[in-house]
Amino acid sequence: MTNKKFTPIIGMEIHVELATKSKMFCQCPATHFQVPANTHVCPVCLGLPGALPVPNRQAIEDTIKIGLALGCRINLHSKFDRKHYFYPDLPKGYQISQYDQPLCEGGEVILESGKAIRITRVHLEEDTGKLQHDKSEKTSLVDFNRSSVPLVEIVTEPDLSSAEEAKEFLKLLHSTVRFLGVSEANMEKGSMRLEANISLSPDGNLPPYKVEVKNVNSFRYIAAAIDYELKRHQPIIEAGDWPKQETRGYNSVTKKTVSQRSKEEAKDYRYFPEPDIPPLVFEQSYIDSLQNSLPLLPHIVINTLTAAGVRHAFALQVSKDKDLSHFALELLAAKPDLVDKLIGLILNRKLSWQHKSVASLINEYQSSQQSTKLDESATLHLIKVVLDENPDTVALFKKGKTTAIEFLVGQVMKAAKGQADPNLTRTLLQKQLK
Amino acid sequence: MSRQSLMTMTTPKSITEFHFLLTSKKATLPELISHFIANSKTQHDRLNLYITTTFDQALEKAKTLQQQLDSDPDIITKLPLFGIPIAYKDLFLTKGIRTTAGAKLLDSFIPPYSATVVDKLEAAGAISLGKLNLDAWAHGASGENSDYGPTRNPHGTDYTPGGSSSASAAAVASGCVLVSTGTDTGGSIRLPANFCGIVGLKPTYGRVSRYGIIAMSSSLDSVGHFTNNVSDSATVLSVTSGADPHDANTSGSKTFQSSPEFLNLKDITLGIPREYIYPVTNSEVKDNFADTVSLLKKAGANIVELSLPHTEAAIAVYYILQPAEVSSNLARFDGIRFGRNRSHFSPEAVRRQLIGTFTLSSGYYDAYYKTAQKVRTLIKQEFDAVFSKVDALITPVSPTPPFKIGEKVNDPVAMYLSDVFTVTANIAGISGLAIPTGKTADGLPLGIQLLGPRFGEETIYPIASQLEQLLHD
Repeated sequence: MTNKKFTPIIGMEIHVELATKSKMFCQCPATHFQVPANTHVCPVCLGLPGALPVPNRQAIEDTIKIGLALGCRINLHSKFDRKHYFYPDLPKGYQISQYDQPLCEGGEVILESGKAIRITRVHLEEDTGKLQHDKSEKTSLVDFNRSSVPLVEIVTEPDLSSAEEAKEFLKLLHSTVRFLGVSEANMEKGSMRLEANISLSPDGNLPPYKVEVKNVNSFRYIAAAIDYELKRHQPIIEAGDWPKQETRGYNSVTKKTVSQRSKEEAKDYRYFPEPDIPPLVFEQSYIDSLQNSLPLLPHIVINTLTAAGVRHAFALQVSKDKDLSHFALELLAAKPDLVDKLIGLILNRKLSWQHKSVASLINEYQSSQQSTKLDESATLHLIKVVLDENPDTVALFKKGKTTAIEFLVGQVMKAAKGQADPNLTRTLLQKQLK
Repeated sequence: MSRQSLMTMTTPKSITEFHFLLTSKKATLPELISHFIANSKTQHDRLNLYITTTFDQALEKAKTLQQQLDSDPDIITKLPLFGIPIAYKDLFLTKGIRTTAGAKLLDSFIPPYSATVVDKLEAAGAISLGKLNLDAWAHGASGENSDYGPTRNPHGTDYTPGGSSSASAAAVASGCVLVSTGTDTGGSIRLPANFCGIVGLKPTYGRVSRYGIIAMSSSLDSVGHFTNNVSDSATVLSVTSGADPHDANTSGSKTFQSSPEFLNLKDITLGIPREYIYPVTNSEVKDNFADTVSLLKKAGANIVELSLPHTEAAIAVYYILQPAEVSSNLARFDGIRFGRNRSHFSPEAVRRQLIGTFTLSSGYYDAYYKTAQKVRTLIKQEFDAVFSKVDALITPVSPTPPFKIGEKVNDPVAMYLSDVFTVTANIAGISGLAIPTGKTADGLPLGIQLLGPRFGEETIYPIASQLEQLLHD
């Protein structure tokens, strides 16, 4: 088998914690980062007997916005389901999630190459508590502050074919979520968590296995994990075998993935509709109003800027920053001919834009252009050098070929590395040649 | 002031009588509560009613309320349950007071919060005497599944009081309290009300908050109550009903307003579904039902026979949906945060969790749970269609009079069939009211249930009042 035949087949699952004030199914504050353990808890998020979940309207709306931003269709009839498994950080013995009627389905994200990455679904669920293991004490502690914090799961089709594509996709998704203002999407704080399902196909068809790499907290690491996995799978497949279907984690120190648990059989979560929450029914007019209220989104920024001639790399960089994106679009409206240049200067930190109006930035640029021009004496000095170096042209001019002066202006500009003012140079040259 | 001594005081049988004793100053509230406590002690020894008593707190509250009454005689008109002795099925969470669900697994569980209904009842002036025995986790039709021993029927201690709200019915019927709470998932209020000869309400699903009540089967659980008469039942519903921000399924619930208007039975059409009549072979149940119907007919009610053909599927649907939800709801009892570990589940709870886990499993879900949900929709539609033609349905509650303790314990299917006439109301989410209508030759209670549409309590209570009056005359 040769290297060329192999096709990586990669799908992503991304969890995004919403930045709502209260939790998904109770009134507790949803903040949990560096909060004293078990202080943001109540009967509902502790899963006490008799407690009932009441869904958070804002979280549902935020999820729909994510779906709309990713081009999904919104299910006007949706519902919550119970997903059962036992774990000490899951107080009810089931997670309230969405199974067969997620809020959003069927969107896509377009990469720079024009390739579409299809979004299978976007659904809403609740986060679990957190375990702290103390090996010396032989105890494990549970902190339920994170229990029932709203969590959005975004699932893609296996459309990604490289670590680089995965990274590009994730960055675009990250800035989209940030632009919507629905989540901090902070990797270090765990408010955005990445999972990749990785297979390597020897013939282009979906192979009979996938390896899941879970809980990776940076774009660089998920790309490294994907590359590591693809390299690991290839010799196994070349030897006529398939890699084991399993869940692996990524160790950023050893730069390797490690097996966490074998997943040869699908887990049986015994999903069934959550009877404590009535089905969700939306009016199309409500969805339309959310669609119309969507803020500026990264892919719009990229498309608009590149269509106006801005380099794609610049546009991509701009699209990561919501305020800069707005600024760049204003710049485009005001000075379309300079927009690529100005964005380049901003991104290279040659021009600062914060706390400035577009007009004042343009003024600043233009006056800076003038102030960097050579003054009269410096220009004169260069003119003398150029005249000394070009006696033939000077002679031509003096014979009456007045257009020869333009060649001399050009030579001065060249000597000044563009910093001379052509009008001033021409005037001074005419004086000198009299 | 001359008062009857506690020993000779006749136990008041209604909220009105109770309040009359207070307003006429024939008794003080501490005296009345002491009287009910004394009854409770005697009857508990005979019937095994209480898992936990709160007699001291009850007396304290009685003293406080008496002082309030002395300074503000109008308080009795403001608080509909002023001073009324009440007790809760031990499935209702009571802040700071042990709540066991009748299960030793929860023997030491002291909840940090109270059920919405408990808060509402106590804010309306009710005084709790304690927590009442039940089939563990509300799994049963006789009270015999309690980890705290079976409760006995006050009308014959060899007999079960019905279940799962076994002691809730027995406590009201034996004069320990005037009101008790219960839950009805497949008949767990109406069957014991029927076996104990008192009034039991299964409200419309979503009419009364389930918050703070240990869930058995979330889509079927209805939170109701027991009283000696129809009027008290309506009063209690006016306190417990209404939307609760903690229970998403109550968002459509209006507070029940007891209508004082006189109802003319001539304006009422009652339906008798034949599927609820033909299977009855017990002649006393049969005859009593026929007598009750002819009484209503004579008073002018229009009676029509009709058919609910999906009734025979109801028990099958119930025993798929209910254990499925039970298996899910009991998952939280993992022994990590409260209670003992899962090895302490009693056999019936294990049986239901196994059945439910099986029917929800991948590959079986479509054949069982999903199919049952489809039949459930058919049953609902069938009731909707019927209620466009009749105001309410009248049926027996149980195919038999009370059965003996031990009679069905080794035959779970026979026990499950005790609910054959009651489960349909839970599956359809409609309202149901059990009313006593007579006794067997052995002195055991007999009765009927009125079934009304969803949020049809406003219709069935006035009919029940009329029937109660006819039976009394």
